Amino acid sequence: MDTHRHLDDELSSLRDRVLLLGGEAEQALERAMYSLSERDSEVAQQVLDHDDQVDRLEVEIDRQCIDIIALRQPAARDLRFVISVAKMAPVLERIADHACNIARAAIDLNNEPELKSVLDLSRMAEHALIMLRSALDAFTSSDAVTAREIIKSDSEINDLYNHTFHRLIELMVTEPATATRDARLLFVAKHLERIGDYVTDICELTVYMAEAAFIKHT
Amino acid sequence: MPVQTAAPRIEVRPSAPVQTSSAKTKVAVRELDFFYGKVQALHSISIEIPERIVMAFIGPSGCGKSTFLRTLNRMNDVIPGTRVGGEVLIDDHDIYAQGTDVVDLRRRVGMVFQKSNPFPKSIFDNVAYGLRINRVTSKGSELEGRVEQALKDAALWSEVKDRLKTSALSLSGGQQQRLCIARALAIRPEVLLMDEPASALDPIATSKIEELIFDLKKQYTIVIVTHNMQQAARVSDRTAFFLLGKLIEVNATEKIFTAPNVKTTEDYITGRFG
Repeated sequence: MDTHRHLDDELSSLRDRVLLLGGEAEQALERAMYSLSERDSEVAQQVLDHDDQVDRLEVEIDRQCIDIIALRQPAARDLRFVISVAKMAPVLERIADHACNIARAAIDLNNEPELKSVLDLSRMAEHALIMLRSALDAFTSSDAVTAREIIKSDSEINDLYNHTFHRLIELMVTEPATATRDARLLFVAKHLERIGDYVTDICELTVYMAEAAFIKHT
Repeated sequence: MPVQTAAPRIEVRPSAPVQTSSAKTKVAVRELDFFYGKVQALHSISIEIPERIVMAFIGPSGCGKSTFLRTLNRMNDVIPGTRVGGEVLIDDHDIYAQGTDVVDLRRRVGMVFQKSNPFPKSIFDNVAYGLRINRVTSKGSELEGRVEQALKDAALWSEVKDRLKTSALSLSGGQQQRLCIARALAIRPEVLLMDEPASALDPIATSKIEELIFDLKKQYTIVIVTHNMQQAARVSDRTAFFLLGKLIEVNATEKIFTAPNVKTTEDYITGRFG
């Protein structure tokens, strides 16, 4: 019937929008890490300039979710989908915010001499990106099994963060002259670790959407 | 033998166990079949309704939910050619057993209909009617007390207390429906059946009826048939979904509306039915 097709169209449009936001967050993170590793402040600035668009998209998704709830009164799987998207959009926007913070750190670090440390943040970044991409794929296909696997893999990023933390503290002690730059890198590592946590939130929402199961804090 | 038409293949799950903590079962229905002549309208319905909850029956038109509601106080008995199989137990007594006092049954199991049907009498006499014909009381002061209490229970007292002698027909549609509820409550039933009680009312009157239902469940077991799924979601503790004379799923209302167990229920709830 027309009314139901109309709801289907709106849900489909909402899905497209949240995936677009996910893509924006993913791209922001990728480009922020590129600007850090390649010392390209121009790319970092592009990430910062693009953030307004990400914010606007989040607000549009908020409005669309509220409209659907108020006007269509979705139930069951439709309700779970809309609620999941409504909770997922701010998470994706925060991931993009963390990417902006990494971009700011990159601009600061790029203005200073390059660190010769053996510290490898690219593994953490790569892991965070893979988690984010896989989480968005799992959401698209309502795949709770994959979502649960991604949640488990967050421990790897936490381990990498702990390792990085101790390594940077060591560097601050042994090479005090680089302490400011080390501290900036520590913040970058923390942003990546937080992104892992946010991806976990996305996966928990996917499990809720697919199975109506609350696995948060379990 | 009843004429059986080919039924579409639908998944049916037995009643989920009642989750309400230590709630006593007020109404237990076991394998209830119901026939209008040769046409079977209800197929082996089994369900338990705990006391002092609101149970909502939902489903598309013709699914049998109103027919089923009316089996709970034998209102279908007045329709010629109907036949019932199975059991309907209220407080463990089969209401279809031989020797059942149907008048007493309907006193214990009151009913409110879709269209308010006040008698062309005063507001007071409408509420007092059941008390008088059931000879519950004829003493003036006691009768007045019971009428006042029923009108208070139906959240109508403050609106009519100064005009009890005026015609019930002068009330608004929503007030008339609450008057009918007061009339049903006056004889202190144990179970209250409501067949789309708010379908003809505006949103404000509907809201008053829904608030009333919420308050009444402290004292009564309420079974409501509604076409309005949002209403079922708002007022009921448990919801039963009917289709083609079968009980497809019964569960806690929040479960039915967020994560039903049966796909057919989900298709109906999400408007993708058929």
